[in-house]
Amino acid sequence: MDLNTIETVLRPRSRIELPAWQDGDACLGGGTWLFSEPQVGMRRLIDLASLGWPPHTIDAGGLTLAATCTIAQLDRLELPPGWNAAPLVGPCCRALLGSFKIWNVATVGGNVCLALPAGPMIALATALDATCTIWSADGTERHVPVIDFVLGPQRNALRPGEVLRSLSMPAAALARRTAFRRVSLSPNGRSGALLIGTRAADGAFALTVTASVTRPLRLTFDGLPGPDALTRALDAAIPDALYYDDVHGRPDWRRHMTRHFAEEIRASLDAAPSPGAAS
Amino acid sequence: MNVMINGAMHEGSPRAGQCLRTYLREAGWFGVKKGCDAGDCGACTIHLDGEPVHSCLVPAFRAEGRSVTTIEGLAGPCHPDDPEPAEFHPTQQAFLDAQGFQCGFCTPGMIMTAARLDQGQKQDLGTALKGNLCRCTGYRAIREAIAGSARSVERGGCGDPVGRNCPAPAAPLVVSGRARFTLDAPLGDTLHLKVLRSPHAHARIVAIDAAAARAVPGVVAVLTHADAPPRRFSTGRHEDPRDDASDTRVLDPILRFVGQRVAAVVAESEAAAEAGCRALQVTYEVRPALLDPDRALEPDAPRVHDPRDGPGDDAPPLGRHPNLAGEVHGAVGDVEVGLAEADFVYAGTFRSQRVQHAAMETHGCIGWRAEDGRLTLRTSTQVPFLTRDALADLFGLEKDAVRVVCARVGGGFGGKQEMLTEDLVALAVLHTGRPVRWELTRREQFVGTTTRHPMRVDVKVGARRDGTLTALSLDVLSDTGAYGNHAGGVIHHACNEVLAAYVCPNKRVDGRAVYTHTLPAGAFRGYGLSQTIFALESALDEVARGLGLDPFALRRHNAVKPGDALVSNSLEPHDVVFGSYGLDQCLTLVEEALQADPGPEPEAGWRCGTGMAMAMIDTIPPRGHHADARVGLDADGHFTVRVGTAEFGNGTSTVHRQIAASALGVTPERVRIAGADTDGVGHDTGAYGSTGTVVAGLATLRAAEALAVRIRTRAAEIAGASPDSCRVAGDVVETPAGPVTLAAIGPLDAAGRADGSPRSVAFNVHAFRVAVDPVSGLVRILRSVHAADAGRVINPMQCRGQVEGGVAQAIGAALYEEVRVGADGSLITQTFRDYHIPACADVPDTEVLFADTYDSIGPLGAKSMSESPFNPVAAALGNAIRDATGARLTATPFAPDRIYRAVAAGRTGLS
Repeated sequence: MDLNTIETVLRPRSRIELPAWQDGDACLGGGTWLFSEPQVGMRRLIDLASLGWPPHTIDAGGLTLAATCTIAQLDRLELPPGWNAAPLVGPCCRALLGSFKIWNVATVGGNVCLALPAGPMIALATALDATCTIWSADGTERHVPVIDFVLGPQRNALRPGEVLRSLSMPAAALARRTAFRRVSLSPNGRSGALLIGTRAADGAFALTVTASVTRPLRLTFDGLPGPDALTRALDAAIPDALYYDDVHGRPDWRRHMTRHFAEEIRASLDAAPSPGAAS
Repeated sequence: MNVMINGAMHEGSPRAGQCLRTYLREAGWFGVKKGCDAGDCGACTIHLDGEPVHSCLVPAFRAEGRSVTTIEGLAGPCHPDDPEPAEFHPTQQAFLDAQGFQCGFCTPGMIMTAARLDQGQKQDLGTALKGNLCRCTGYRAIREAIAGSARSVERGGCGDPVGRNCPAPAAPLVVSGRARFTLDAPLGDTLHLKVLRSPHAHARIVAIDAAAARAVPGVVAVLTHADAPPRRFSTGRHEDPRDDASDTRVLDPILRFVGQRVAAVVAESEAAAEAGCRALQVTYEVRPALLDPDRALEPDAPRVHDPRDGPGDDAPPLGRHPNLAGEVHGAVGDVEVGLAEADFVYAGTFRSQRVQHAAMETHGCIGWRAEDGRLTLRTSTQVPFLTRDALADLFGLEKDAVRVVCARVGGGFGGKQEMLTEDLVALAVLHTGRPVRWELTRREQFVGTTTRHPMRVDVKVGARRDGTLTALSLDVLSDTGAYGNHAGGVIHHACNEVLAAYVCPNKRVDGRAVYTHTLPAGAFRGYGLSQTIFALESALDEVARGLGLDPFALRRHNAVKPGDALVSNSLEPHDVVFGSYGLDQCLTLVEEALQADPGPEPEAGWRCGTGMAMAMIDTIPPRGHHADARVGLDADGHFTVRVGTAEFGNGTSTVHRQIAASALGVTPERVRIAGADTDGVGHDTGAYGSTGTVVAGLATLRAAEALAVRIRTRAAEIAGASPDSCRVAGDVVETPAGPVTLAAIGPLDAAGRADGSPRSVAFNVHAFRVAVDPVSGLVRILRSVHAADAGRVINPMQCRGQVEGGVAQAIGAALYEEVRVGADGSLITQTFRDYHIPACADVPDTEVLFADTYDSIGPLGAKSMSESPFNPVAAALGNAIRDATGARLTATPFAPDRIYRAVAAGRTGLS
């Protein structure tokens, strides 16, 4: 929709051209959320696309996604063999409520910054131990694990003038086996619970819980817990107040589905990895 | 900025925060529609460098140096005002062949998306089309268009056009993006109107300081209650305006729901009008609000319409309690006696939620003073004549000083049987003397228009061991919200056909509609029946279970048949008769179809069940429904049918053309339709209550028949023969003295009228087989079968579409949709992301079967069939879920989080 209070669009070509932050400034990624709601407090848009960041980088250390990498670019990305977590990317992209036409424009960074409980890029990044690289207003950088970046529904850790530059996922995390479960009130609806399990070669197990809770949670275990231990850990980590309550699912159902999926994921990662899947 | 648009370079300067959608529309590309303006509905889909995008989300500046294709240019380069292309793009042609549209508002975006799907995406249309919403079709026709598997519409051909799948007259315009909807007009010097809406559920405006608003550059006028006429009216429109309480002002100092208009700002641009609204300083005196309908009739409940606010007015309500907006009480026999005689009694309470029409075109209109000085409005309405009458009354004008016209209307579903924008635009035009337009945003559509009436229905049914009903009792509480538009009509209709459908000596109804400080409810597809039928048909399912009887057999045993009196809740005489009867056929058709193909088996762990329900409806609303039609033979040998009905996806222009062509003995291609202009015919009550075919269609038939006589008479005069020996054949009249061309006979014209009485009855039966996952509560529809008794079906392909669309909308209301009101009375669901209407993946194909009947009242044997397919669906689904899980769900929507809870509770109960 038209954002009629916007007076100026700034299109910086490099970091040095980023303007001094003012009230009413907003960073424009894909625009798919910004232009979807009235934004009466905004006066200036800072177009991140003009910075020309390469969408993704793959090296021995892992995968780095620019904040401006689109969902479609991520979905098309060919990951190296040995990154057992690769099959996680597709389902996470498809978990986006928006259509494939939105994927063409929406960005990974935008989804993370929006900090909605159902944000599937948050789930992906959390499950893969991602770290956010943030450009601070004073010209420095800081690094924050994504799980600490997302604070709650539509609340993130960015300070005024800060820009999310990229998300980095270490190769070790990408090497893990994964399991993905998701449910929503309608077949392609907004996620009511989205859980991802990962299992490292050394047996370490981690469970990422999103969508059913107000902010992403990650439970880690040195080895695979038993069903009861997992349920106890879940209950300890997620008090009832942390279960999200909105039109996309009642909290009791979200808790029930979270427990159910947790156990399904635990069981599915109990089996030995298929030969050649891990190296 | 330079952009290549449909093959031509376009130069312009977008505003900083402008999106590409409005930029393209301002350049004259009106095929780019606004359904939601938020990236949810896909109506604005275009190709940007060949890639499909939602243009409402693309900042216009990002189009610089790129290439844009809109629906108009899909078939090749073109200019904005070019006619439809000589050759369509294959996807456009596929939508033409499959008639993959009804109102056509979503169609440009649907086609632009479909045209870029690869083979893989076409295999999973549920995913590929999740960003394209259609409210009319139920998606089957769209899926078939994209798959190329459709049975094609029938073009040309000879013989009687009635009963054939003739295409919609506007089809080429719709698929090429050239059909003009309400707001598809150049802006010129038109002013823009925006309103400030109430943040309070109940408040009095103490003061409005508009100085800052008036100082905003571009603001032309600020309108408050001080500028509004003192007269009260109802937004709900009926033939007799007294059917709805006059309780609404154009602008009112008393605010009765969050979202009510506080003041309007008229400005040279939307941006200035919005800024003006933000600059208004309003002082409110906040009052206690009544949000709970169950509390409405308590003595100390806050009053929604307090006579103390309008001293001297005879303002409603005049009922026993000030919050009582309407009531119906009636009884035949003695229900207590009937219950005492019963071997089995079921009692339950069923709740139907607030749902929204969600027509893809939001409300909106453009008003101006015509050159002859008349107030003229082009508006998105189902009732142009009643709107004209209401405006004349409200502003003290003669009827002929006001003209109301419709362009193509982007969906209605009852939501446009209201005057929700026209009054304020008229006020602004009269105030400023300039053209004014007001286009509701999708948010405003949610917070500021109308919904279905939420209802609580206490139902009690008694039956003997053999299934014979001994007592039917309904206690209904309907929440009409802050205003009484349709409150009375809906509560009466809700308590009528639901009971008349069954023979039972003892029936009783107590229905009440109450005011609350919430969003007003209004006319909605089914007009109250969907809520009560959900209750009664669920209860009857429990009766069948309790007695060990088959649910189809229980209906056959008790449903009305010709020869039975049609009795709802009183023995007063009425004008409803069995013009035809196809319920018996419908029950058998559905039962046999379900047996012949029960659908696929569910996956392991899911539970399976079947359920059915039926519905009856009077084919025409009561208390008068009138239509004038004129059919003319033009000088060029073609015909023009003038009717008052708007085309909003109801398909009436197709039907009227076929009826007229049939009566005249010509091909439909020779017949033009001119509809929905108060200057066109004398009167038309409007297209509501499914009257487009049975009332306006009957008027068209009579006019066409009269014209046919005149043509033969004139031809006979020319040929010196007797009229009986003359016959229209193609573009000539054959006479014993040789053919006389139609062009030589015209111009001639004839009128016809229908008055909506007597009325007949139509029937719908639906059955589902579903699978339910007891863990998650997810429901999957394995089989969906619907039989309709529509009399003689004028256009089977189109009527099937109406049924499918009604079923899809009902599936939305039964499984997903709910307008949620927060604790402070504000609306939680303001976008399509939070108010989920069915997308392609949510709607299964429904097998649609027609009873073979011929109605003695409707035109050429036809009956109504637009709103009624909605009515049995929720109960049929609930009954199927009950069969699958053992849990009786008594409130819609049957969302997984509720089903899970009900199934879990049942499990606990059993253990």
